[in-house]
Amino acid sequence: MATTGERILEVRDLVKHFPLTQGIVMKRQIGAIKAVDGVSFDLDRGETLGIVGESGCGKSTLAKVLMALERPTSGSVMINGRDIAKAKGGELKRMRRNIQMVMQDPYTSLNPRMTVGDIVGEPYDIHTEVAPKGDRLRKVQELLEVVGLNPDHINRYPHQFSGGQRQRIGIARGLALQPEIIVCDEPVSALDVSIQAQVINLLERLQNEFNLAYIFIAHDLSVVRHISDRVAVMYLGKVVELGKDIEIYDKPAHPYTQALLSAVPVPDPEGREQRERIILQGDPPSPANPPSGCRFRTRCWKAQEICATEEPLLQIRTGTQHESACHFAETHDVVHVG
Amino acid sequence: MRKTSPDVLPAEGGLGNEPLLALEDLHVEFGTRAGIVRAVNGVSYTLDSGETLAVLGESGSGKSVTAQAIMGILDMPPARIPKGEIRFRGTDLLKLSEEARTQVRGQRIAMIFQDALSALNPVFTVGWQISEMFRVHRGMSKRDGMAKAVELMDKVRIPAARQRLNDYPHQFSGGMRQRIMIAMAIALDPEVLIADEPTTALDVTVQAQIMELLAELQRESNMGMILITHDLGVVADVADKIAVMYGGRIVENALVHDIYKAPAHPYTKGLLESIPRVDLKGQELYAIKGLPPNLLDMPPGCAFHPRCPYRQDNCVTDVPPLYEISGTRNSACHYWREVLDGDNR
Repeated sequence: MATTGERILEVRDLVKHFPLTQGIVMKRQIGAIKAVDGVSFDLDRGETLGIVGESGCGKSTLAKVLMALERPTSGSVMINGRDIAKAKGGELKRMRRNIQMVMQDPYTSLNPRMTVGDIVGEPYDIHTEVAPKGDRLRKVQELLEVVGLNPDHINRYPHQFSGGQRQRIGIARGLALQPEIIVCDEPVSALDVSIQAQVINLLERLQNEFNLAYIFIAHDLSVVRHISDRVAVMYLGKVVELGKDIEIYDKPAHPYTQALLSAVPVPDPEGREQRERIILQGDPPSPANPPSGCRFRTRCWKAQEICATEEPLLQIRTGTQHESACHFAETHDVVHVG
Repeated sequence: MRKTSPDVLPAEGGLGNEPLLALEDLHVEFGTRAGIVRAVNGVSYTLDSGETLAVLGESGSGKSVTAQAIMGILDMPPARIPKGEIRFRGTDLLKLSEEARTQVRGQRIAMIFQDALSALNPVFTVGWQISEMFRVHRGMSKRDGMAKAVELMDKVRIPAARQRLNDYPHQFSGGMRQRIMIAMAIALDPEVLIADEPTTALDVTVQAQIMELLAELQRESNMGMILITHDLGVVADVADKIAVMYGGRIVENALVHDIYKAPAHPYTKGLLESIPRVDLKGQELYAIKGLPPNLLDMPPGCAFHPRCPYRQDNCVTDVPPLYEISGTRNSACHYWREVLDGDNR
């Protein structure tokens, strides 16, 4: 994956709070779900940034804000130097051409009453300038061929395809407008093991072919490692560790990353009795009422007084070459995933 | 407690050399409008006390239907069991009366399901649902049942069990709900626990908690466990032996260490090779080509032949039997020797 070092996405201090209200006539805000709470990262052309974290950590909300499907509470999402979060009307429409999405569930994200040709070609209805009317059929067939589907199946309906093929349809739709960035939200987690590898290979091939940048959101850490150049680990709306894939997987510095990595079952029974495993206690706290200071402290075995009072910033800590948000960050090679 | 004639029920201690649970040539089919779906086509395996058998397979491989047949919770019709035996401590469960079956189900063989939210009843408190096991099967009073429920919730490590007794399932997190299901399953000290994808819906850190809990409960009670999953990582972590299913058949069974070292069936080999590995980063992943078979229209011969790199002419015509490789190992591939030798195709 050749990254040219040309920055195409800059996310700064992104915050998305969903208000919690009480009352029907007199609505009052009584709090907020802090789904995304101050996230910053960059993405270069042709690069893949993996985002991992457990359910409820805000990774899907982050995807929606990047796509401008949700307006952020504050912060900016700069695509090629322009802020999509503040764009409106025609400008927003133009910017959206540049960032597209592949969804998790190929069973519910395709309209069952539309043919494959209509689904893949629908982006051209909105962005008519990309493909003139007469040219559309040819373009759609080309796209189907690119993702490894038979172009003659253009008049079939989604139910006539298997899960893996449906995900390919979703990918073809994402490619239709020739975007520079594709946000993949758990693109393979609904697929069978033997099909996952096919779809991952396809995504990698498309990246090389079109020099795409991916935001790859997944909870499967070995898949993320395979495809990503850099990885961000999220916990309760914050990035707790960010670095190159090797740094995150071989030298994790944040205790949460270490626990996450050690919890991943290794597909090799050799030495399973000796394997070090950090089993976290309890569940993640509610994002409506996150703990003070460091959000991980309630489940952390290193937590001390300072963790409750002072929030650790995401920065390069002594002894590491990548950013982590822990007062007591210390590299520790837990296990090798995958 | 209902009266049953003791002679039809499986003996408590078991008979001589009989394994705890033995499936023999089990067939399950479903009559549908589109035709007969043969979901399970002759599955045999055994399970001993204290042992963990992992049944590995993709969706549609028949792994869950097999488990439901053991539990006796298939809807019949449309399901039919035209052939086969499920021997539990030497007694064929399929020949028991429904009444005797009820005595086994839940008490001697219990099951936990993938999706705890839909498996639990949303309109009853968890305390009520757990204590129901004791009220129905043991004839306990409501009060004693509730006391037992608290004990069990403590055992599966639900914090502040007594305060949460009267909470409803939706008030618990996914991991806690799965613990409640486990509590219900182990309530009556079953001899066999079937876990159907128990952690698929959970996050990895919670998955690790649940798998550790299951292992601990198994050590304490020495029950036999059937773990149904598609996750090769979970299998490697906990299983003693593995049965790999494809298209309603077992294509390979082996001890866990043997199978990861050198698979003897091309499907198993393909699955293992398609896992992303550190040393192969940046390279294309190995992918099994093609799609899983359609159960309504199974390929003739070996069900895997359209996707198989080892295919020869006879694979298209002859269904491979389960060849014996060693005392603990079988493979349903005509060319298992080539696969085992690591002949790369």
